[in-house]
Amino acid sequence: MDCAQLKDLIETAWPGLAHCRFDAAGRVNEVKCERSALAELCSRLFHEWGFGFAGLVVEEGAEAWHLRYVFYGERDAGWAHVLTEAPLADRIFPSIAVGSKIFAADWHEREAEDLFGVHFAGHPRLGDFVLHDDAWQENVEPMRRGFDAAAAMHNRLPDADWRPRRVVRESGAFVMPVGPKFSGVTESVHFQLETVGEDVIRSWTRLFYKWRAVEKLAESKSPDGALLLAERFAATTAFAHGLAFCQAVEAIGGASVPPRARLLRVFLAELERLRQHAGAIQEICESTALVVANSQAGLLEEDLLRVSGELTGHRYLFGMLAPGGLLGDLPTEACRKAFRDAKDAVSGLDDLERRLTVSSSFLDRIEEVGIIWLKTARAYSLVGPVARASGLARDLRRAQPYSGYESFEFDVPVEEEGDGYARLRVLFAEARQSLRIMEQAAAALKGGDVYEPVNLRAGATLGWAEAPRGATFHWVRLDDGGRIARYRIVTPSFANWHSFHLGAEKFAFQDFPIILSTFDLSAAENDR
Amino acid sequence: MSQWVVKGIRTGIKTTAYPREAESASGVTPGLPVGADLGAQAAALTERCPTHALEQTDGRISVDYRRCVHCFRCARGAARPLAWQPGYEWAGSHGESGLRDGFGGAFRRSIHIIVVDAGDCGACLNEVKQLNNPYYNMHRLGFFITPTPRHADVLLVVGPVTDHMRVALKKVYDAMPTPKRVVAAGACALSGGVFAESFVCAKGVGEVLPVDVEVPGNPPPPLAILHGLLVAVGRRPPVALVSGPSGPRR
Repeated sequence: MDCAQLKDLIETAWPGLAHCRFDAAGRVNEVKCERSALAELCSRLFHEWGFGFAGLVVEEGAEAWHLRYVFYGERDAGWAHVLTEAPLADRIFPSIAVGSKIFAADWHEREAEDLFGVHFAGHPRLGDFVLHDDAWQENVEPMRRGFDAAAAMHNRLPDADWRPRRVVRESGAFVMPVGPKFSGVTESVHFQLETVGEDVIRSWTRLFYKWRAVEKLAESKSPDGALLLAERFAATTAFAHGLAFCQAVEAIGGASVPPRARLLRVFLAELERLRQHAGAIQEICESTALVVANSQAGLLEEDLLRVSGELTGHRYLFGMLAPGGLLGDLPTEACRKAFRDAKDAVSGLDDLERRLTVSSSFLDRIEEVGIIWLKTARAYSLVGPVARASGLARDLRRAQPYSGYESFEFDVPVEEEGDGYARLRVLFAEARQSLRIMEQAAAALKGGDVYEPVNLRAGATLGWAEAPRGATFHWVRLDDGGRIARYRIVTPSFANWHSFHLGAEKFAFQDFPIILSTFDLSAAENDR
Repeated sequence: MSQWVVKGIRTGIKTTAYPREAESASGVTPGLPVGADLGAQAAALTERCPTHALEQTDGRISVDYRRCVHCFRCARGAARPLAWQPGYEWAGSHGESGLRDGFGGAFRRSIHIIVVDAGDCGACLNEVKQLNNPYYNMHRLGFFITPTPRHADVLLVVGPVTDHMRVALKKVYDAMPTPKRVVAAGACALSGGVFAESFVCAKGVGEVLPVDVEVPGNPPPPLAILHGLLVAVGRRPPVALVSGPSGPRR
């Protein structure tokens, strides 16, 4: 379907429903509905019309709560935003996670409840999500306007003996708590594994140990100041997040980024994807203790970090982006050299893949292990290589192109099995495609500016990018002074962490770290 | 499986000669800005730094490396930019009396390090991870990572220390036997970085634990972290964490 057909479908099914905005060029259908119609409308979009769920944006207005449910379809169908609101004093909304069985909305509702105090009727598990129960008293709503950081912190007494709830009651059941500090060099996250024998019956993930309240910190900052946060909250994919943020600010200001900047942005975004994928491949090799493969992958990741550092001055590409283009130009010849170096690295990755494909003891650890079925990927609206390895062929560079991606030739690799090996194959295949895009971008470079100042004015819109771990959505609202009024970040790790336990359960606990490595999840990206 | 043995041997030796010699490969470090005398333009340039790492007195700019977040706004787009120096030996010793006594002897060439992520963005941790790749191979220096605080001599912390990680971080430190040292790596761990104003972050590890060695950078590259570990065991002298136009000073 296309966005005009969607408009007709909505108007037919709900005559009288207010269409606040229909943007044919941007392919956006924006409708406002009463709370009572929310569950059914979202259900039709998600289940019947096959849209993915990007996220829930909660905004506290002067007199009302404004909730925005963002759905995205294939290219022509575009975006569907469902708005609903309620007076500030009456903050109960229906849960679409439960009521419409849109599991993908589950964590969005839990986060909104913790941070804003908005309640979702019917949701069985609100609380102890972003705000850990052992560290926060009740009824602290830090994202609200009236929140006083000094007052809230004064009363908090972290409970050092807190334990998560135990669920499995079979004979021989054993609880294995893992983290937040565990293993060698890992991000802080807690898993409670409940095993009977060696099989993990239940895996429960506790995140937000690394919650830095970036969305709150961004408020009242200038876009230039908030960009520093966008780059640094999940810096292994700093460029992708910075790009999504800049594109939102540019769209609000009606700016057009110069062509040379668009090409360089694509070049750098793909270089980042290539380097992050090499790192993910290294983690998988390390998890299976295939030592030489681990070393080989480690060499390639470091090579790509050095290529990034040599080209831009920073191994993680900090300091390149600005709203309106790039902070500085890159010489075309330097880009072409970076491409040649990246090509050597990809040859190394291809060689590594060939060797891994004939290493049966390695394949035994990841084949038919950690399976995520296609129906799970849909229900949780998974993104990135994890989704594509399960047959859910969504990629924003194809579905909702930005920065000129529509004029590049590349494939989007998809696998069907949804196991660790399928995810590994997708990583290797995407690395080759990233190189292909980099070659086209470098060849197309012509002279010209890389920066055009943006007219900062009031407005709000969604920015997005296909980050290395998957789709990322950045909702930005600027006030009359051009400063951030609301910054909502939905990351690929937030979507994908939600499903991780389904991959870990029913496998042996020895498989747990290997399964985890095949998902390439980031706690920093989830927690913000 | 012999293909792996052959592949490994054919790859040869990739390891850096550091610390025996300086590493000159490109892309191993982002460098750091150098303080300078910029006269009338100093005030405007100082304003560009988002974390107040730059201070100026009568036109002379000094740089507090603990606060530098590598945004490059003092170098890019500035009317009169600061020069940046390459290099990676950035680690300084915290406190007035330098390193606490008693961490010499056998520890110089053999330590076990426990790494705690106190809320980092992923980049610092990723640079720590590179220390075990063949280019850096920290095992050759006698540095090993251990998952248990009971075996650890050095606690390497990244991140500003989020409120949710305070208890776990303290538990790790308290469980380590003496002698022990704390190395804080990265702008967040030294000053809170861009999260310094967050109501759920400390302004660095120093608010929670006694810190012996501080490694600037956002993130510090692997060679800077290696330098920090060498400083912690006394194999390298600490350097100043603040640079002024007339040379390094505390």
